[in-house]
Amino acid sequence: MYLSTNQLKKRRFPAAALALSTLSTGAIADPSSRWQTNLSPGVTELGQEVFDLHMLVVWICVAISVAVFGVLLYVLINHTKASGRTPATFHESTVVELMWTIVPALILIAIAVPATNTLIKLYDSSDSDVDILVTGYQWKWKYEYLSKDGGETFSFLSILSTPADQFEIGATAEKGENYLLEVDEPLVIPVNKKVRFLVTSADVLHAWWVPALSVKRDAVPGYINDAWTIPQKEGIYRGQCAELCGKDHGFMPIVVKVVSEKEYEEWVASKLSSSKADLTEKSLDELVASGEALYNKNCSGCHAVNGTGIPGVFPALKGSSIALGDVNAHIDVVVNGAPGTAMSAYGAQIKPDELAAIITYERNAWGNNTGDAVQASDIVNFNQ
Amino acid sequence: MSEHHGPATGIQRWLYATNHKDIGTMYLWFSFAMFFLGGSFAMVIRAELFQPGLQLVEPAFFNQMTTMHGLIMVFGAVMPAFVGLANWMVPLMIGAPDMALPRMNNLSFWILPFAFAMLVSTFFMEGGAPAFGWTFYAPLSTTYAPPSVTFFIFAVHLLGASSIMGSINIIVTVMNLRAPGMTYMKLPLFVWTWVITAFLLIAAMPVLAGAVTMMLTDIHFGTSFFSAAGGGDPVMFQHIFWFFGHPEVYIIILPAFGVVSEIIPTFSRKRLFGYSSMVYATASIAFLSFIVWAHHMYTTGMPLAGELFFMYATMLIAVPTGVKVFNWIATMFGGALTFETPMLFCIAFVFLFTLGGLTGVMLSLAPVDFAYHDSYFVVAHFHYTMVAGAIFSMSAAVYYWLPKWSGKMYNETMGKVHFWVAFIGFNLTFFPQHFVGLAGMPRRIPDYALQFADFNMMSSIGAFIYGFAQLLFLYNVVQTIRKGKVNTDEKTWEGAEGLEWTVPSPAPFHTFSTPPTVK
Repeated sequence: MYLSTNQLKKRRFPAAALALSTLSTGAIADPSSRWQTNLSPGVTELGQEVFDLHMLVVWICVAISVAVFGVLLYVLINHTKASGRTPATFHESTVVELMWTIVPALILIAIAVPATNTLIKLYDSSDSDVDILVTGYQWKWKYEYLSKDGGETFSFLSILSTPADQFEIGATAEKGENYLLEVDEPLVIPVNKKVRFLVTSADVLHAWWVPALSVKRDAVPGYINDAWTIPQKEGIYRGQCAELCGKDHGFMPIVVKVVSEKEYEEWVASKLSSSKADLTEKSLDELVASGEALYNKNCSGCHAVNGTGIPGVFPALKGSSIALGDVNAHIDVVVNGAPGTAMSAYGAQIKPDELAAIITYERNAWGNNTGDAVQASDIVNFNQ
Repeated sequence: MSEHHGPATGIQRWLYATNHKDIGTMYLWFSFAMFFLGGSFAMVIRAELFQPGLQLVEPAFFNQMTTMHGLIMVFGAVMPAFVGLANWMVPLMIGAPDMALPRMNNLSFWILPFAFAMLVSTFFMEGGAPAFGWTFYAPLSTTYAPPSVTFFIFAVHLLGASSIMGSINIIVTVMNLRAPGMTYMKLPLFVWTWVITAFLLIAAMPVLAGAVTMMLTDIHFGTSFFSAAGGGDPVMFQHIFWFFGHPEVYIIILPAFGVVSEIIPTFSRKRLFGYSSMVYATASIAFLSFIVWAHHMYTTGMPLAGELFFMYATMLIAVPTGVKVFNWIATMFGGALTFETPMLFCIAFVFLFTLGGLTGVMLSLAPVDFAYHDSYFVVAHFHYTMVAGAIFSMSAAVYYWLPKWSGKMYNETMGKVHFWVAFIGFNLTFFPQHFVGLAGMPRRIPDYALQFADFNMMSSIGAFIYGFAQLLFLYNVVQTIRKGKVNTDEKTWEGAEGLEWTVPSPAPFHTFSTPPTVK
């Protein structure tokens, strides 16, 4: 058995690749198939290497299992009292015991070598073409495209777009194809370019995980971790937050759209031009109308659609002293957050015109009839 | 024997208990109750995951279920079960009249019901029970935690105090109360594994106490140990937690190794193979358990050199663990095997724990762990080691020693039914979780993408079967005690060796008042 594992190791790529092709092109041709039983090599060279390493170890484990459980089964069938045996009396053997200490150690060393090489590659995030700052929030992702030469940057939030009537208790709507794995605005990156992700968090721990891109990194407040990918195939790749981050941990997916370089550049240009805030004056009705949608998207996760929050965990806004009190105190809490609580600083996340609409909505919904219309300019002036 | 009195009557017997057998019995029943409580949370989890969409519970409550399931199973079910077993069996195995520190023994038990009452009461508090996972990573467990976290912290402190007292008691007992001639290298392996476990507990539990105390001051006294905004470090929490947490998993599994090493020789009618290498392997595993903690943290952004160190150290654990598995099989090799219920559980242990060990080797490889980490693959791995390891060995231990404890024999057919239902239920629950994990399903989510639906439904059905198997277990134990065939043989099992099989069945209130001599 050890001989065959060693042979397997020497020819590891052909052997593993063969094994992989039977596994992945047979029963599980489609990686998102419902009967997928294995890792997917994804669309990167590193992912393929990780996959090969995985398959190498799987086959070593299979070989060890066959040998060990083979002996076990033989003993269970043959060395029974029912077969009329007198038990043997041996109870030690230095040679055998040394053997089964040394041989596994050698197998482990044989695995450690390729594992070390792959890990070194995984850690090499140098010479990137595109840098993206990924920030985890309870329960959404913010993507900020950093500029190499100090030019303009832009950012946007990416939030689950599966409607609640597909998943909430008592939901009746039919679940869509990409149920829980779809967002309002995906991350867009160019094909065949080295993209570096700088991953951090604004509140609790999260982890940014896209299996097909072979990227998983913890998002830790106060730290910036980096990870990288070079996607070799255009397409849409989906992932999820991998670190428990509270109530809606299961509802903050990641969608990455890998496009051609030309398409990517056009997309960047359009994002740059559309990321300016609209500072024109709006009527109360306009603000409340656009504020409702924005509130439901950004705030209802904690404060609830009907503004009641979750008692003991997230405060209600309906009838709250902040939503009914001084406008500037309200703006302050939304823009700067409430330190030491789960309320994060939205000034860094959402454009002033949208913040104005949200605050106006909060001050005029669910019986909070203050009649206050907060304008985008109020937010901008507050920041100054 | 005549100068010794019997047990007190009524509630006083239990409240004021200082007898190792009474305290052992209380530990065992307490852990059994906690096992059902933690198990019922698992049933809620699996019922919610039966199909995609939310059907039964809100995500916030789901997180309370996963958190409390882990905490109750680890601290309430498995650990007290093995402490109870140690209380009963260590004095009987080393020829001691009782534990060395009987009043402390009483205290270490009676802390537990209060600690768990406090922990479970958090369900009824505003904001609900802890919902941040049994690993309670900061800052989700500090700044972002429900107010009940303070009660969780005090409960953990109490559990730690109880464990440390229990450990001191075991070490002192084994060091001082061994019968004449019972040298260290003659100790039954169960005693050896418990001595080593006790040292692990004494080293690890204060670290846990430190972690929760820092959480307490972060929450209430304005410190910033784990808050980046105040200059603290959330990753440091994970280092401290896992410096406790990794030894903790060996605290759970080493006594299980001990149980299996007692039972397999009995039903093989052959001495344990490689006794001394078993002792050294246990000690090596215990040592290694303190230098591998950060393999739980490969994705946190540790430097490359750190990753490599923890990867190599973790891979090393496979060597002494392999030695143990090979020794158990070599013990059976050439024996005259019979397959009573305890033996069935032990064989299943060897088989399933080895599978969990092999996935452990896979997880130890840092570059591949980036793909496995925080997926259901990890959930499958640790349930193969914890359930098929600790719980299966505990089931084996109960069937094996119940005739000694109660003087009654269990019904073998019913025992075997329990085993097979548990074995099938367990594998149906956890084997498919390897698949969904590799396919990309994160752990600790209340709802999932449609591609994971089939394996999750399978897993849930398996879990209900496994849950039902535990009702059979309870039924078997109760029926044995109430109506079991009377068994007064000192030596219940033909192939059994050891001092516990030289005392009458049921074991009288006081045993070894005069120490036996061990040749």
